[in-house]
Amino acid sequence: MTGIEPSIRLRGVGKSFAGISVLRKIDLDIYPGEILGLVGENGAGKSTLGKIVGGYYAASEGTVEAFGSDVGVWSPKEALERGVAIMHQELQLVPELTVAENVFLGIEEHLHGVLARTEQSRLVPIVESTGFEIDPAAKITDLPIADRQKIEIMRALARDAKVIVMDEPTSSLTSDEADRLHVTMRNLRAAGGTIVYVSHFLENILQVCDRITVLRDGDLVRTAPASGETKESLVSAMLGGGKTELPFPERKELRMSRTLLDAKGLSSSNGTRNASLRIDAGEIVGLIGLVGSGRSEIARTLIGADDSTGGEMLLDGVQYDNRSLSESTKRGFVMVPEDRRKQGLIMTLRLSSNMTLPHLSTFASRFGWIEGRGERDKAQEVIGHFDIRPSDPNGNVMNLSGGNQQKVLLGKWFLKDPKVAILDEPSRGVDVGARQRIHEAIAELAGKGTGVLLISSEIEEILGLAHRAYLVSTGTVYDEVDPRETSVDEVLRALFHLQDDSSSSAGESVHNA
Amino acid sequence: MLSWNRHQVARFLQTYAVLIMIVMLVFALSMLSDSFLTLRNLQNILNQNAPLAIMASAMTLVIIGGGFDLSVGAIFAVAGVTCAWVALHVDPYLGWMIAPVIGLSLGFINGVVITALNVHSFLATIATSLVFKGAAIVISDGRLIPVRIDVFTWVGRDKIGGIYIAVYLLLGFALALTFLLNRTTLGRKIFSVGGNEEAAILSGIRTNRIKITTFVIAGLAAGIAATISTSRISMGQANAGIGMELQAIAAVILGGTSIYGGVGAVWRSVAGVMLLALINNGFNILNADPFYRDLTTGLVILGAVGISAAGKRR
Repeated sequence: MTGIEPSIRLRGVGKSFAGISVLRKIDLDIYPGEILGLVGENGAGKSTLGKIVGGYYAASEGTVEAFGSDVGVWSPKEALERGVAIMHQELQLVPELTVAENVFLGIEEHLHGVLARTEQSRLVPIVESTGFEIDPAAKITDLPIADRQKIEIMRALARDAKVIVMDEPTSSLTSDEADRLHVTMRNLRAAGGTIVYVSHFLENILQVCDRITVLRDGDLVRTAPASGETKESLVSAMLGGGKTELPFPERKELRMSRTLLDAKGLSSSNGTRNASLRIDAGEIVGLIGLVGSGRSEIARTLIGADDSTGGEMLLDGVQYDNRSLSESTKRGFVMVPEDRRKQGLIMTLRLSSNMTLPHLSTFASRFGWIEGRGERDKAQEVIGHFDIRPSDPNGNVMNLSGGNQQKVLLGKWFLKDPKVAILDEPSRGVDVGARQRIHEAIAELAGKGTGVLLISSEIEEILGLAHRAYLVSTGTVYDEVDPRETSVDEVLRALFHLQDDSSSSAGESVHNA
Repeated sequence: MLSWNRHQVARFLQTYAVLIMIVMLVFALSMLSDSFLTLRNLQNILNQNAPLAIMASAMTLVIIGGGFDLSVGAIFAVAGVTCAWVALHVDPYLGWMIAPVIGLSLGFINGVVITALNVHSFLATIATSLVFKGAAIVISDGRLIPVRIDVFTWVGRDKIGGIYIAVYLLLGFALALTFLLNRTTLGRKIFSVGGNEEAAILSGIRTNRIKITTFVIAGLAAGIAATISTSRISMGQANAGIGMELQAIAAVILGGTSIYGGVGAVWRSVAGVMLLALINNGFNILNADPFYRDLTTGLVILGAVGISAAGKRR
């Protein structure tokens, strides 16, 4: 790429928050017509670097140049005016407005403030250039998360962005949707656009990027052509010291076959229909399905978060049909929800209080007086078990990194060994180290006799950890697979096949097969 | 020297702003007037504001739990007229006892309405406050109910060991709520419901019960406050308590309890009441133009809300 002027040039860029340095001396040139990957563990500074390029943060040191001129301290708005757009991890859309209105938000055509209402027609060329199938008149609230991502992209294109920073754009997409996003990215590149792709999905990065920049603890390790990198080489650069991602913990053989949970023909108003499944003691059972297949809804029906409208269930041999969350918790049947910020943690409570919340009665005397010391000691024990840092039980959960927050959330539910535990996306958005520890903890939990229902968008994760796995589509359980003898490819093919002809046949129970 | 980031500074201000303001005001007033810093004046301030402080203490729990109770003024009125009527027509001691019971029951009704209809407590308590106010007028038949019985005024006017009984009641109530909030499972659940209701539900907490409980406590507090006030003025009146709900909420916010729920402390709400009282007292002893009293109070509340908002921003 010699001879071409870079779109973005970073020289000696550093960033610190409250005196803590998170990025140091970054030199990086980003060229037109390339997709640059930014990888690193959580906390390595990849998101921060992306946000500096996109104008969201100002660099504390060094210079940022866009198209040949120093940008100084700029805002996302100024960045956009100069052709640099950033897509956030949390999407910034107005839910009650339509697709077209969101795309042109703030740049509507108007006459003295009266809208010309031309957004829909202006959207047409953008839709054509991306190939997105999306209704411009649809309201955002009615769209699945995956479609909302597309609107962010179109929004950037509507502003003639030449450089687009994408921060974890695939975190809420199915692999099929991620593939489509990658096609779009390639199209943008072919049209001369520049994309900075921040992600912890290394396969995706390797697939689409031209060059990859690896960060470790705020330092730039290297920027090299993607063709020379492999997943192993990236991981070892991210971790330093030549470590590679460790394999999944070993599956413990089941010693006894005692059925802990047996659900037959469950239905619910949340879309679950005629779902049947079984979980034995010490068993990790996977629930595999595409996004929108109803995996989480089945889990919510099992535990009683949503009302059940039919079917029956045995929990540890006891009929349990009139389910509620408080009753399930009492019976040792727990669920770790997928969204740790919204559903899992209480950011205003300290670490120990978050962990003990579902088990308060165990730490309280008869009159509901909490024994502070017992609570703290137990929290300290769980902190040690999960290697949560910083390890202060009185600390604020808000200030923990994503991986450590996730460990707190798991610790909260593992604190009293549950009988049956549903884990919904237990390792989403955490770094390699935390992921490793979480996987071990899941295997240990099952080793102690807990029945685990594992839900994950990462099929590898389920195939690597589970003893058995069910395939889920349109709210019901279709098939059972043996993870040890099934590949990701086979699972995906089966799922897409199910999705295609799901309308033709209702769910049939296969758990007695 | 510790270096603090902006968030920590905001957090500190949110926690101690009310104390800092009180210290500054006490200092200024004692400079300006000799009659301010006397035991008599200070005890009078405490005594006069004990009913409001009791209500603000309980309001703290409601707001930490993510709610608002705009009906405590009306509950105060119903409990007050019932107290006077029973004292006059039945028995003075039963009059004292009935007000807290009435308050507790009306608080329970609030809680049930909010959770059963699943409406925001702000809206629900505006409606119930009108109902309660109407009930107070019906009970009193629109007239004042004078209670000319000597034993009845004991709670509101007498002292034990040189300290007003109302002050003991305030201290006892505020300490009990502080203990409940910080050391019991119920308190922890109140914090969790206000901090993140969905997470609390998913943790197996029956959040509706917790919310109802906070409104029951707020109603109980309004009832106790009504006993003290009615006994003090030996009179029940249906238009008593007007605006007390807003004063109580203002005091809670002045104390730095987050209006978004999940964070707060009882002592700071009591301090908030005392800060408002000191402003009042200052106007009185300095003979300042009372036209500026509301203006000053409003500005102080605005300042406190601004500090609270700064602490919330991350």
